[in-house]
Amino acid sequence: MAEPLIRFRGVTKVYGSGDAAVAALKGVDLSIDRGEFVAVMGPSGSGKSTAMNILGCLDTPTSGSYDFMGAPVGDLSRDQQALLRRHYLGFVFQGFNLLPRTSALENVEMPLIYRGVPAHERRRLALAALEKVGLQHRADHDPNELSGGQQQRVAIARAIAAEPQVMLADEPTGNLDTATSKDVMNLLTELNRREGITIVMVTHEPDMAAYAQRVIHFLDGHIAADGPHEEAA
Amino acid sequence: MLYETLKLSIRTIRRNVLRSILTVLGVVIGVAAVIVMVTLGQGTSAQVTSDVAKLGSNILMVRAGQAGFGPASATADSRNFDIKDVEAVENEVAGVAVAAPMVSRNLTAISGNINHAQQVIGTDNRYFVARDWDVSSGRTFTDGEIQAGSASCILGATTSQALFQGSDPVGETIRLRSIACKVIGVLASKGNSGFGQDQDDLIVMPLKAVQRRIVGHPDIQLMYVSVDSAYKTSDVQAGIEDLLRERRQVGPDDRDNFSVQDMAQIASMLTSISGVLTGLLSAVAGVSLLVGGIGIMNIMLVSVTERTREIGIRLAIGAQARQVLLQFLVEAVVLSLFGGVLGIALGLGLAAIGGRFLSVPFILNPTIVAIAFVFSALVGVAFGYFPARRAARLDPIEALRHE
Repeated sequence: MAEPLIRFRGVTKVYGSGDAAVAALKGVDLSIDRGEFVAVMGPSGSGKSTAMNILGCLDTPTSGSYDFMGAPVGDLSRDQQALLRRHYLGFVFQGFNLLPRTSALENVEMPLIYRGVPAHERRRLALAALEKVGLQHRADHDPNELSGGQQQRVAIARAIAAEPQVMLADEPTGNLDTATSKDVMNLLTELNRREGITIVMVTHEPDMAAYAQRVIHFLDGHIAADGPHEEAA
Repeated sequence: MLYETLKLSIRTIRRNVLRSILTVLGVVIGVAAVIVMVTLGQGTSAQVTSDVAKLGSNILMVRAGQAGFGPASATADSRNFDIKDVEAVENEVAGVAVAAPMVSRNLTAISGNINHAQQVIGTDNRYFVARDWDVSSGRTFTDGEIQAGSASCILGATTSQALFQGSDPVGETIRLRSIACKVIGVLASKGNSGFGQDQDDLIVMPLKAVQRRIVGHPDIQLMYVSVDSAYKTSDVQAGIEDLLRERRQVGPDDRDNFSVQDMAQIASMLTSISGVLTGLLSAVAGVSLLVGGIGIMNIMLVSVTERTREIGIRLAIGAQARQVLLQFLVEAVVLSLFGGVLGIALGLGLAAIGGRFLSVPFILNPTIVAIAFVFSALVGVAFGYFPARRAARLDPIEALRHE
């Protein structure tokens, strides 16, 4: 694997300016390869969310470079970032973020609409994604008719429907109980192993981080530790 | 993509039917007002035009006496015309096709035991030519009847119906005061004039008969002048005025002691009055559309705030700013088009009902319907753009954090 999927070189991020300036990232070097399952940990304000936003092309670094699939993406325009997210990234959020009063199937179809996939093909792909998360029989249900765990699985189906290069999960089990969390983590592990999807997951819980092959600890805008989970934990 | 956006916005609107209807009420009222006004306005002008056409084409009415209101000047000579004036107008003024003399009285006619009051007109066959009017049964006057001033009557359709209850009156005799008058013909029906008059409620007799036996003097109050279509009505009008000023010895500084009215002028005046009214009410409707547009803008701003999280999700998933802009713009346009269509339906309905009450014909004008449709779409674009731009400019990170 010559080229890492994701490479940060000396990435910094400063919010505000002058005396009010706050440095959220103070020079981060990081590379993630294709097929990895990485957990990102760290206390609030450690810079892990900022790093995830930059990684997800929702934000741009103040300085340093970010290469995605070997191409510099650190200073793309908003529209270019949107295209990159559309074609290469999938997002899973702590609060599920499904569209209310919209069926599971339609939620999963949404990223495919922006990709311009024709209706019947879209439906097929969305159903396939729902099948991968074991919810094909809930396709017509609205989010409020589903349990938390089911909603998160729909969200995961939405993230993988467009077959992204990376799935970015921001505390995917933060709103779930322990048993459901385990189900979701098993699902992510399975998707990582079987489908080869690269996963970068932010979490507070060492139990969840234990599912990952690699754990990165953020502290005060730096990477404090980076390695297989046994050592990092 | 546009189809998906359209589907999405229709669904969003259907989720909030009541809110959507209330939002577009301003547009509904504005569009309905425009449709009602224009439809009724056009019905009115069409009716006025057809009423004028019923009077006869290119007609000038020449009356004795000063035109207009206010006290007549001391020197005013308001004497009537005589038959020589009529002949002079017909023969000496270029462009006059026919000049028909006319005297009239309101009288009660009697047939058997039926009484009916109507206008009795004394004239000759030129009247029928000038007014482009034919008999539906019987005949017009013979030269002999006109020369002799014989007691021959031609009945209007209404009068004929009133006196003879549908049976053919030709050959029957009616009584006007002490005159026994033989019915020789019935006129085709012309219907109501635009001035609320039943034009068919009349009896036409030879001029001399009415002059001698009914009014008792040889004066003529009115001339119906039909203008040759090759001439301009206004030129002929000026020619008649010059001739009559000379014949009636009106000094260069004196006002005319007669008037020449162009029926087309009267019609265009009526039409322009209804045009002004339509314009005024359209302005009111325009204000209503503006208010409606602001209503749409308001609710779209609320919608953007309510759906900040949805916008954040869409942006994170890969929607570009312009796709979000398009989504909200399409939603605003669909909303205001919905209002426009409701307004068009309401307006046409009200115009149909109102037209029946005002006895104005209902004329569907596809142009104004199309304009109303396009205009309501434009209201959506104009007032939906600002909220849509606000949605498109949201920062995805902030939007996702929004509660």
